[in-house]
Amino acid sequence: MSKVIKVNNTSSERNSASISGINEFVVKFANINGTGSASANNMFAKAVFRMGLPISPKNIFPSNIQGLPTWYEVRVSEKGYLARRDGIDIMVAMNPQSLAGDVASVLPGGYLLYDSTKTIDLRLVRNDITYIGLPLTDICRREYKDARQRQLFKNIIYVGALAALLDIDFTVLTGLVSDQFKGKEKLIAPNIHALELGYQYANKNFSCPLSIRIEKRDLVGDKILIDGNSASGLGAVYGGATVVGWYPITPSTSVIEAFEKYAKRLRIDPGTGAINYATVQAEDEIAAIGIVIGGAWNGARSFTATSGPGVSLMGEFLGLAYFAEIPVVLVDVQRAGPSTGMPTRTQQSDITAAAYSSHGDTKHVLLFPSTPKECFDMTADAFDLAERLQTPVMVMSDLDLGMNDHMSEPFEWDDDRAYDRGKVLSAEQLDELSANGKKFGRYLDVDNDGICYRTFPGAHPDKGSFFTRGSSRDPYAVYTEDGAEYVANMERLIRKFETAKEYVPKPEQKLAGKRASKRGVIYYGTSAAATEEAIDLLKEKGINLDGLRVRAFPFNKDVEDFIEKHDTVFVVEQNRDAQLRSMLINELEVSPKQLPKVLNYDGSPITAACICENILEQLTEKEAC
Amino acid sequence: MTYQKPNFRHPLAPTNNLGLSRREYEGALSTLCAGCGHDSISNAIITACFENSIEPHKVAKLSGIGCSSKTPTYFLGNSHGFNTVHGRMPSVTTGANMANRDLTYIGVSGDGDSASIGLGQFAHVVRRNLNMLYIVENNGCYGLTKGQNSATTDLGSISKSGNANKFSPIDLCNLSMQLGATFVARSFSGDKDQLVPLIKAAMSHRGFAFIDVISPCVTFNNNPGSKKSYDFVREHQEATSNIDFVPMQQEITTQYDAGTTQEVTLHDGSVIHLHKPIDGFDIHNPRTAMRAMKDHQERDEILTGLLYVDTDPVDLHDVINTNSKPLNSLTKEELCPGNKTLQSINESLR
Repeated sequence: MSKVIKVNNTSSERNSASISGINEFVVKFANINGTGSASANNMFAKAVFRMGLPISPKNIFPSNIQGLPTWYEVRVSEKGYLARRDGIDIMVAMNPQSLAGDVASVLPGGYLLYDSTKTIDLRLVRNDITYIGLPLTDICRREYKDARQRQLFKNIIYVGALAALLDIDFTVLTGLVSDQFKGKEKLIAPNIHALELGYQYANKNFSCPLSIRIEKRDLVGDKILIDGNSASGLGAVYGGATVVGWYPITPSTSVIEAFEKYAKRLRIDPGTGAINYATVQAEDEIAAIGIVIGGAWNGARSFTATSGPGVSLMGEFLGLAYFAEIPVVLVDVQRAGPSTGMPTRTQQSDITAAAYSSHGDTKHVLLFPSTPKECFDMTADAFDLAERLQTPVMVMSDLDLGMNDHMSEPFEWDDDRAYDRGKVLSAEQLDELSANGKKFGRYLDVDNDGICYRTFPGAHPDKGSFFTRGSSRDPYAVYTEDGAEYVANMERLIRKFETAKEYVPKPEQKLAGKRASKRGVIYYGTSAAATEEAIDLLKEKGINLDGLRVRAFPFNKDVEDFIEKHDTVFVVEQNRDAQLRSMLINELEVSPKQLPKVLNYDGSPITAACICENILEQLTEKEAC
Repeated sequence: MTYQKPNFRHPLAPTNNLGLSRREYEGALSTLCAGCGHDSISNAIITACFENSIEPHKVAKLSGIGCSSKTPTYFLGNSHGFNTVHGRMPSVTTGANMANRDLTYIGVSGDGDSASIGLGQFAHVVRRNLNMLYIVENNGCYGLTKGQNSATTDLGSISKSGNANKFSPIDLCNLSMQLGATFVARSFSGDKDQLVPLIKAAMSHRGFAFIDVISPCVTFNNNPGSKKSYDFVREHQEATSNIDFVPMQQEITTQYDAGTTQEVTLHDGSVIHLHKPIDGFDIHNPRTAMRAMKDHQERDEILTGLLYVDTDPVDLHDVINTNSKPLNSLTKEELCPGNKTLQSINESLR
């Protein structure tokens, strides 16, 4: 007889000691892409969230539309740790193709849910985990005639079963279904029925709940659950973007889709029904950034979203925008590179490519969001920053942040906030200027901050027009190849970059104790959650690390001071070459020895365990020396 | 070439409907080679804008890279200009036009800029029917890098170094018609009687207006054997018809013989007169134009003039239904949905 058991009593019949855990565990769903599992899995995650618990779901998916394995991982953490965590407590194994690996990845004492319509392969039976068989195919065959329905509802049924096994309030699920199908009420009853099928089956056949389970808490407050790309798209609507040039590329496409979704609703001219924005799907990323540059030159807030390969293609144009001083906004949702790399896996590996994109001496302003709230804020702020500085500003998101739901602070908007259009001269100001006997010079550094005044085409009948070019010019925008003029202009541009340090967001400090530690750690973007968890874990081992979350490039004074105050500063990044670290070394003239690197670049979001292990190893090595 | 622009202007120089003299439409002194066809095109643009009484500051002029793309500095000094990157003027103009639909957009490009590095952008700006005048100053060679063949160099055309071109040329007029351009013309920089009315008509066209202007390169492609030399084009040019443009505001005074003249009324009410058209030519049918161009090409002749016009085009703004108010003039109140809406979005995410 097979060792596979139907768990009638989880405490007595399990094969070894089960993990027990209340509100601290990881559930992983193994599915086949294209089978409709995503919305069911989302429903599960959101149900836990509505039970008042912090969660962090992650999609792990191939660059494929149908038929290949895909996973969805949900970490539940009442301590509030939102980074990915290795080790699976409960595996919902719905894909025979990946079953062997899925079984192997369950922690000893964990659980595996599977479709028991077919007997499980004996070779895949482990003694140290508990198997929970749900006859999903049988139930669906009995309940549904339509093949597509049989497939879709299978997912909903296992969510129902999980609710019973993990003690999720069933009314939370029914509430979710009602919200999800608002406007499509016909779908509510069948979905609730499917949930009930799973819920009742589990309750009848197993002793619910399991040793791992949910207990209702009140730990999420007014927080929201949203992906970074939707937040960026919404931020662009609030930031006043009107011209969008784009080209589809994973994982950035949904930034533009979200912008359009919200703009279609929120940016309609009430009188005519016409739209107050223009999105142009371009022929490639080169044209996409060209459109953005044209729009921004002509006085419209303009942006694009892309990923690494797109940033590479945009290189020449980014140099033009830097030199011609055009305020473009670019959201870079990074993925694993180089070349096509792993298009559906995450990395922070466009940092140097973005910071120094293009030929000649170029430097660009970068922002590093860590949460959807920051995706929203930084995208909206990027328009102010770009117009104030008259230069490209790039929001450096990544696949993990952009395409996964994250628990986030809610969005807020100050209705009194005006858009900062920067130094733009109106017709009246141009007249005033000439009345005072002064001549308008597009590249004249009047305020000595490196930022000059610009005018928009059509502003004035006979004043303020100038010729924009990527080649050298004098302060009055007249073409010149004079070396001294060129150098003066390049020096002014670096003066402007210095000014930028005052305007970009400051880093966030997290001190380990009241007194500054000798050791610190610098991190940014999606490495934040894991690093901050690692700081706590290391503290438990008696290692105090002060944390600094860098939020922008150029690095402002606070970053410099932090490094100066610590003997050793680890730099955590999700790329091979420690790109931000290179920039810290170059820009702040820090000794490389002072900045040991902590890297993870396998395409999966970095974990606290990985950071801890790495730091501990480096500290031991140091002591051994 | 001249090194200084004379300040003297005749005090009684004629003015247009706006009270501006032609001088107000001029630009900086050209730095191109003496006798360059491109300078004649700049002059034709100046004349067309002056005679059409276009407000100079309501024009935005954009270009790519190359000799042709230097020229926007040499006309309309009171207009904003943008010398972008090689082959990418169409995308920048698309963005600019999306930002402010009230300006007139003149894009100047060359055969290298449009038929080689920028062929993709050219094709897609045609598809979008962006409301602009797109001029290719076509000299069949790369002037600024000293005379290499371009993608529009005719088969068998002999370059200055004595080599015959072995690759078949791209005919941008033909291509643009295949892609759905709504106004297509070809002209010759040495024929201002034809070029000026074509530019005027193109600027009145509400949609993508394309003019391929053969513009001999006096330095690198004006030798015997070249098919884009002044002599060759003069000897081998045939016009689809003679053309005369009457802007909307102006009364039609000239009389034409009945039967030999066709009137084409554009979207804004202005009228193009086409007289003495060649046999069987239908200005509203791109297929006749494409066939006629091919026939001429086979006879080593160049068909010039207005080739095709759609008098009721649907431009990109119409297609996507953007506000008639320029997007760059919308206020924060019109653009920002406000905190109350944001709070209801938050609520939907819990």
